[in-house]
Amino acid sequence: MNKQQTNLPSKQDIPEDWFKPIGKNREKAEDVVRPSLSYWQDAWRRLLKNKLAMGGLVFLVLLALMAIFGPLLTPHSPTAQNLPNQNQAPSMNHYFGTDNLGRDVFTRTWYGARISLFVGLAAALIDFFIGIIYGGVAGYKGGRTDSVMMRIVEILYGLPYLLVVILLLVVMGPSLTTIIVALTVTGWIGMARIVRGQVMQIKNYEFVAASQSFGAKTSRIIKKNLLPNTMGPIIVQMTLTVPTAIFAEAFLSFLGLGIQAPHASWGVMANDALSTIISGHWWRLFFPALFISLTMFAFNVLGDGLQDALDPKLRK
Amino acid sequence: MKIANDEKIKQNPKAKTYEQPVLQVDNLEVTFKTYGGTVQAVRGVSFNIMKGETLAIVGESGCGKSVTSSAIMGLIPSPPGKITNGQVMFNGRDLTGLAKNELRKIRGADISMIFQDPMTALNPTLKIGDQLIEGIMQHTSISTADAKKKAIEMMKLVGIPNPTERMKQYPHQFSGGMRQRIVIAIALMCEPELLIADEPTTALDVTIQAQILELFEEIQQKTGVAIILITHDLGVVAKIANRIAVMYAGKIVETGTKREIFYEPKHPYTQGLLNSVPRLDLKGKPLEPIEGTPPDLFAPPVGCPFTARCPHAMTVCEKIMPQQTALSQSHGVNCWLLDERAQR
Amino acid sequence: MAKYIVKRFFIMIITVLLIATLTFFLMHSIPGSPFNQERGTSEAVQANLEAFYGLDQPLYVQYAMYIKSIITFDFGPSIKNPNQTVNDLLSRGFPISFELGIITILTALVSGVTLGIIAALRHNGFIDYLAMTFAVLGISIPNFVLATLVIQQFAVNWGILPAATWSSPAHMVLPTLALATGPMAIIARLTRSSMLEVLTQDYIKMAKAKGLTPFRIIIKHALKNAMMPVVTILGTLIAGILTGTFVIEKIFAIPGMGKYFVDSINNRDYPVIMGTTVFYSSILVFMLFLVDIAYSLLDPRIKLNAKGGE
Repeated sequence: MNKQQTNLPSKQDIPEDWFKPIGKNREKAEDVVRPSLSYWQDAWRRLLKNKLAMGGLVFLVLLALMAIFGPLLTPHSPTAQNLPNQNQAPSMNHYFGTDNLGRDVFTRTWYGARISLFVGLAAALIDFFIGIIYGGVAGYKGGRTDSVMMRIVEILYGLPYLLVVILLLVVMGPSLTTIIVALTVTGWIGMARIVRGQVMQIKNYEFVAASQSFGAKTSRIIKKNLLPNTMGPIIVQMTLTVPTAIFAEAFLSFLGLGIQAPHASWGVMANDALSTIISGHWWRLFFPALFISLTMFAFNVLGDGLQDALDPKLRK
Repeated sequence: MKIANDEKIKQNPKAKTYEQPVLQVDNLEVTFKTYGGTVQAVRGVSFNIMKGETLAIVGESGCGKSVTSSAIMGLIPSPPGKITNGQVMFNGRDLTGLAKNELRKIRGADISMIFQDPMTALNPTLKIGDQLIEGIMQHTSISTADAKKKAIEMMKLVGIPNPTERMKQYPHQFSGGMRQRIVIAIALMCEPELLIADEPTTALDVTIQAQILELFEEIQQKTGVAIILITHDLGVVAKIANRIAVMYAGKIVETGTKREIFYEPKHPYTQGLLNSVPRLDLKGKPLEPIEGTPPDLFAPPVGCPFTARCPHAMTVCEKIMPQQTALSQSHGVNCWLLDERAQR
Repeated sequence: MAKYIVKRFFIMIITVLLIATLTFFLMHSIPGSPFNQERGTSEAVQANLEAFYGLDQPLYVQYAMYIKSIITFDFGPSIKNPNQTVNDLLSRGFPISFELGIITILTALVSGVTLGIIAALRHNGFIDYLAMTFAVLGISIPNFVLATLVIQQFAVNWGILPAATWSSPAHMVLPTLALATGPMAIIARLTRSSMLEVLTQDYIKMAKAKGLTPFRIIIKHALKNAMMPVVTILGTLIAGILTGTFVIEKIFAIPGMGKYFVDSINNRDYPVIMGTTVFYSSILVFMLFLVDIAYSLLDPRIKLNAKGGE
């Protein structure tokens, strides 16, 4: 055997009393070196470290503030036409310039932000409620109920969602409400699937059996035990629903099927400004396009960051 | 002690001579850089293994035994892992210093590895036959037909019925035990000199475990392959190991023959391990678990890592790392209790 | 395998019927007649027209006629342009839209998968960050914004590529670029994460332990397994590309099906709306069906589990 040769203190150097037994030092063995954090604290700590996601969050907070207060910063109305003033380049009077009807692009941009954020958040919230009820019931009840409910979802999933949305818009007539209704008609499916998967996974855990044995009602078990444990993926799904909805609104408005003039939505503004590619009034297209893209970017990176932060597998 | 690489030792059924070391690991150190800091997973491990011998490396999960085996194979994921010190001498060549493609020529040809979970070790989308022959096709200039013949031969050796038909099937069409046999057959395809088996029976049923262990013994007798068996299961060790190295917190704390470890364990950790498993020869003695948990390898203690859990701990244990004391040619213990000044 | 295909096929038929029925009842729930909008149409002419299009029949008769028209694939004449049938429009527009769609999907798939693999192999390296930043940007910029952007740069500012119509390969570059970037970004991200996941699997370690070359490990062991999640989202991506053709065809003035569809909606041309919707849905559902089959070919485990589905 190859004996390890080290230059530790030679035998004489070690004090004699170091060889007295000190007994089992158990507290030290049980010592937890790293501080224990709750799931949410830990997730928040990791989200804070993600610079891109935090950048997205900060942008969205600023955007929300501007959506509320931005129009107050200028004396211009978002809809009033001022023809002599048309197609003005950005200036100290009109920060983002004016459009072909002389309307202030700056003011219209923040009105557009209101619509985009409202559509996004409303769609995400409605999806959340429908999805959680449908998916929660399917996952919790299981068996026959589940397979019937999931067969329905499977068929609905095959529907091309923008096509359905367009059809509904044709029937109900274009308006903000219609857009939101149309978006949520198919939008809840993704959420329902995720909730069901989570519930299926968790319902076999022992603490659920424990509350069942106390005679807790189904609705109470879902609310008190299952939901807090399924929140991670659901929050991520909600965050990623928002940019989809914002895109859909802009897309539909761009096609002339969504928000109607003279109301300002980023999609409407971009559609109105299509001709500027030739005319060179770039600011009319640039600002709505920039803000749609930035907003979707912010939600996407925030969603990605949340996904990483909330994934229990990645906890260290 | 230089043996040229081409001087490959031919199969010999009676080759039970343990004189030639196949592999010598000397003062191996492996670290992993993580967000929390640097983990010192293996901290100066030395051992050797002779031809035709089975060496068992035993320890709790996280003690560094699997990292040691990956380091020998050159499979430490880098980054974050790195071999920071030491040598792995295989037939006179230091594997830690080899270029990637040189190492690749040895991997799978001269040293093979068997993984813990046969359910995940096989590619679910490739036919068994392809997975069997691709290694030998890579390492030698054998024809596909011959490689297939060889694969069928190997499947027979590991006890798989209807090998010709089975070649065309996918992993999901095999049971767990059968899959582990396939994994073993794959490892044997190139007739390696060294087989590293990382917890080869942990994921299997007890009855299947016994069959697989018997298969190992049988293969060793037939081919003279040296086997490094990585396990936490002392039952497995008792069955097929010749020599045992006990690892704790990235270090080997005691090494010896099976008899020495099982009947004359000197390190308190080895003693604790043995007391915590049921044994037929010590009926009536209650089982005693080792209390506490192993130290955090982010900041390993300066002294003996077992101090905090050791029933006989002394002040010196906390302060200075014990050196190895040789009790016989084969039995070595790293423990201050063997110092003459210790009050036992 | 056959059983699996049959089961999928039935789901496909049900979905198409569902969409067709939904479309029918939605269209008929709109109050008034499509001819009301046109001023100057006398009562008699209007009644005549309604009789011509079968709108004076009870609803169930109309529904039966409608289902029959789907089965026989004859959607009748357009209301706004009575001298051409819906089938004319479809046969004129579909080849162009189909071309645009196929080129887009292939571009997105090939470039997205390549980008994803490179990013995964250079995990946490510079190329990885670059590729992924590019991918998030690609997902975040709506296709219609990108379309105007590329027209501005390539066609107006630099004048190197044509901005409109669909007449030569050069004309196809910008629309394809605008339409393929989003799906490409999604595929790249998914390929990367799925590749990273696969690379940690035991069978990859085992392949390394066999001494295989990195190239062989990627091609033979990792790629096929990593492609499975990509194939599952292909259906959704195709749907996105299909609806994306509406705006792209509008912006680039491409005379495809999407343009007729958007026009028919703005004109309330019900036969065209219904015809195109059903046609679009059938194509899409059929694509989903093909994706399912492709998936079962990729994963040998599917065949045995055919009876129970998932």
